[in-house]
Amino acid sequence: MTETDSHDTISYAYAVARDADGALEDALAGLPGVADAPVRLVRTAQQADVVVAVGPVPAQDFLEDALRAHLEDLDWLESVARAHHRVIEALAARTTVLPLRLATVYLDDERVRLMLETRRQAFADRLSALEAQVEWGVKIFVEAAETSEAAEAARQPDEPPPDAGLSPGRAYLSRRRAQRHARDDAYRDAERAARRVEDAARAHAVDRVQHRPQQGELARGPGENVVNDAYLVPREHAESFHADVLRAAEGIPGVRIEITGPWAPYSFATPADAEPLERATP
Amino acid sequence: MTEPVARRLGDYPSRATQYGQGTSANLADILERVLDKGIVIAGDIQINLLDIELLTIKLRLLIASVDKAKEMGIDWWEHDPALSSRASDGYRSLAEENKRLRGEIEELRKDRELPPAEKRSRTGRASNPSRTTAGKRTETGRRDTRRDTP
Repeated sequence: MTETDSHDTISYAYAVARDADGALEDALAGLPGVADAPVRLVRTAQQADVVVAVGPVPAQDFLEDALRAHLEDLDWLESVARAHHRVIEALAARTTVLPLRLATVYLDDERVRLMLETRRQAFADRLSALEAQVEWGVKIFVEAAETSEAAEAARQPDEPPPDAGLSPGRAYLSRRRAQRHARDDAYRDAERAARRVEDAARAHAVDRVQHRPQQGELARGPGENVVNDAYLVPREHAESFHADVLRAAEGIPGVRIEITGPWAPYSFATPADAEPLERATP
Repeated sequence: MTEPVARRLGDYPSRATQYGQGTSANLADILERVLDKGIVIAGDIQINLLDIELLTIKLRLLIASVDKAKEMGIDWWEHDPALSSRASDGYRSLAEENKRLRGEIEELRKDRELPPAEKRSRTGRASNPSRTTAGKRTETGRRDTRRDTP
């Protein structure tokens, strides 16, 4: 903690990182963090190579009530999210990082140091496990399913359906069936793509998490997202992972693969075997 | 809210100089990671983690499915002007959409083309993270994810 800390600012913690050669601070020089504040490192005496990246943020914006209100404000959230991510990326470009969840806030750096002291062994273990690995996001979109719905929507209500000989009820069901078959085909193709992608990915990856497909307002784009996975990939496999996964779905129509990354290992920062922790009840 | 979001999505050019995101780092992907992933440690600011979850559900509706919210019995977005205003933009509101889909499923079920119950993967957490001891240890936080090791 420095004298510049006052009651006006509190400490925003971005990530835990390995600072093996003590040169990490240089990577952060001049980098604007959340609230455009500089980013600095907090370390302990015992294990000086495990550090927490922190920055001062205005208490008025990050104390509980303010934070709660701000989290409903998408513009505010976006600027904090991008700044948070910018710092994570700057660190990840130099070393292994464990990103912390957005808006992890302490009263001052000394409180961060106490937290680090308590957990540094767990952090060190996880940092070692993730060393020299990157995260790739792999999304699969079905495009054909939408097309058949669009075709249905485009049909004029008074236009006779192709199965005009049937009673209205049967015609409706028959139309629905045809539509569903088209959709089924599209999803089958997507499944086939997903299997191939997974096989290609597993050849390089050491871990995977499956996230919920993105379906909301922000994610709108062509097609329906049906697979949204994250793979942990050794850095030396990063490029071949990317190339092989893209190639895996080539030639399957109506299916689109989107790869994002390489990311810092956001999806893998918490070890999988820690999961039972969260099931703890009072 | 809808409009600025849509506009913003197109506004962010390549950031290839950074850790490799290039053009692909859109807001949805970033929010997904910074809000939903990463290590959860209760800091000094005692925002109840459940409160955060409830608030961020609204935000996550922007990028993720509504299953989680529905599980928790939350349906206010159906009445939220910011979200239901989509109806007037030519989008069906979620409520209407749900009704339509339910009708369609019934229709298909009558036709015996669907098994009686839809098979769904249920993932995610079984308990409420806010009940864990805040500030005392690392919580793994939300995992609406499945994880395996190839």
